[in-house]
Amino acid sequence: MRKSSLFFLFTAANIALIGLITAHARYSQAMAETGIQERAGLVRALQLTDLCLFTEARYTRHPAMADRFAPFQDHPGAMEHFPSGSLVTPPLKRVHEHSP
Amino acid sequence: MNIPLNRHSNILDFSLSSLLRRKSKNLSLLVVYTLIIFVIASLIFFVQALKREAAQLLKEAPDMVVQRMVAGRHDLIPAAYGEKISAIRGVTSVSPRLWGYYYDQVFGANYTLLVAEGKPVEPGNIMIGAGVARNQRIQASDMLTLKTSANEALLLTVQGIYPSSSELISSDLIILSAEDFQAMFNLPPGQNTDLAVTVANPREQVTVAAKIAELFPDTRPILKSEILRTYDSLFEWRGGMIVVILAVAVLSFIIFAWDKATGLSAEERKEIGILKSIGWETSDVLLLKFWEGIVISLSAFLTGVVLAYVHVFFFSAALFEHALKGWSVIYPQFRLVPVIDVYQLTVLFFLTVLPYTAATIIPAWLAATVPPDAAMRS
Repeated sequence: MRKSSLFFLFTAANIALIGLITAHARYSQAMAETGIQERAGLVRALQLTDLCLFTEARYTRHPAMADRFAPFQDHPGAMEHFPSGSLVTPPLKRVHEHSP
Repeated sequence: MNIPLNRHSNILDFSLSSLLRRKSKNLSLLVVYTLIIFVIASLIFFVQALKREAAQLLKEAPDMVVQRMVAGRHDLIPAAYGEKISAIRGVTSVSPRLWGYYYDQVFGANYTLLVAEGKPVEPGNIMIGAGVARNQRIQASDMLTLKTSANEALLLTVQGIYPSSSELISSDLIILSAEDFQAMFNLPPGQNTDLAVTVANPREQVTVAAKIAELFPDTRPILKSEILRTYDSLFEWRGGMIVVILAVAVLSFIIFAWDKATGLSAEERKEIGILKSIGWETSDVLLLKFWEGIVISLSAFLTGVVLAYVHVFFFSAALFEHALKGWSVIYPQFRLVPVIDVYQLTVLFFLTVLPYTAATIIPAWLAATVPPDAAMRS
């Protein structure tokens, strides 16, 4: 078989794989709907406000509830020292934010 | 077969043979290029899936959470605040929330202790997340001992464990009764952690929040839309780790493109000279280099994207786990629902495949425009 035909076959196989993963993604989304509803029900029942992604610090466990300056509040000049702090951006400026 | 297609096939055959002549160089280039695409595509898949999951779950979060601020810090809020807030027009209900953190000195883990509405557990009983069960090596009906603020042991029976499919929201949770929460932390009477406010009309949320802030200047209302926005900006590209990954990937790519764009090797120049001397047109040489660029970049792109999908959605982004885990002792084991963002993949395609192909053609065009004997002598 010619090298060009092999390349076209390889590319076609890869494109078919991308088609397959797209179909897999859609199928998985449809199949996961019940699970998502159950998890959303738990969020409603427990009145949760955050995902349990980073449990190492208060402000990374509940970023939505944290202060914008949370990493630096322990003492003046305290620098961020938790690794997940580099993944979580500070909460966006809130509509009614002020610091009494 | 028609002539133009035949011409392309012949030139592609030649360019594949040409690439195979420098097998080790081009293979290593392909592997590194694929790795770059793999890392960026993994990041795209992971972040998009996580954001989608967060948006779908947190739309059920309280409409508004009211915190009290004292000396710039989140403090306990009196129940009397709730009574006045519930009298504001538009507020359907105000429910006090009791929650806090517990640091387990033995296992070095942080747990979130929460009192749920509707009394799902009786005093002396708890519901725990799968992460807590895994960390403590306990199961339903086992006992868990927590140390209270008075340094006394509080024995609690595990009534149930939340399913592992809900770890993304419940992994570190310990749901306990209000009595046990009081025994744990000894809060002053009539005090809560914060207040969950329900507003019937979503359009009135901002107005109600403004009224609360006016009525109680020491409070901070956090709207559901703000909670959702927090997670929408999670893993934003300017975030520390993300910008490092992207910078490394982009710099590596620039090095490739630079290597290609700054010129051809003497061997490649000689090859172009020979091709021109045996009758190849400049356009044929450009087509040859175009196909060489396409073979490398398209193969790397397609393979990298497929591998990234498998990595994120079949192996739960195992390569990112350590970066995400940080110093956490409890880390949720979750499998994300696959999401493919066609827009971002298209951007990735245009930012990687096209520049690389262009960077391959330009120096070849410069070499192909000089006379064949000069190209061979260089």
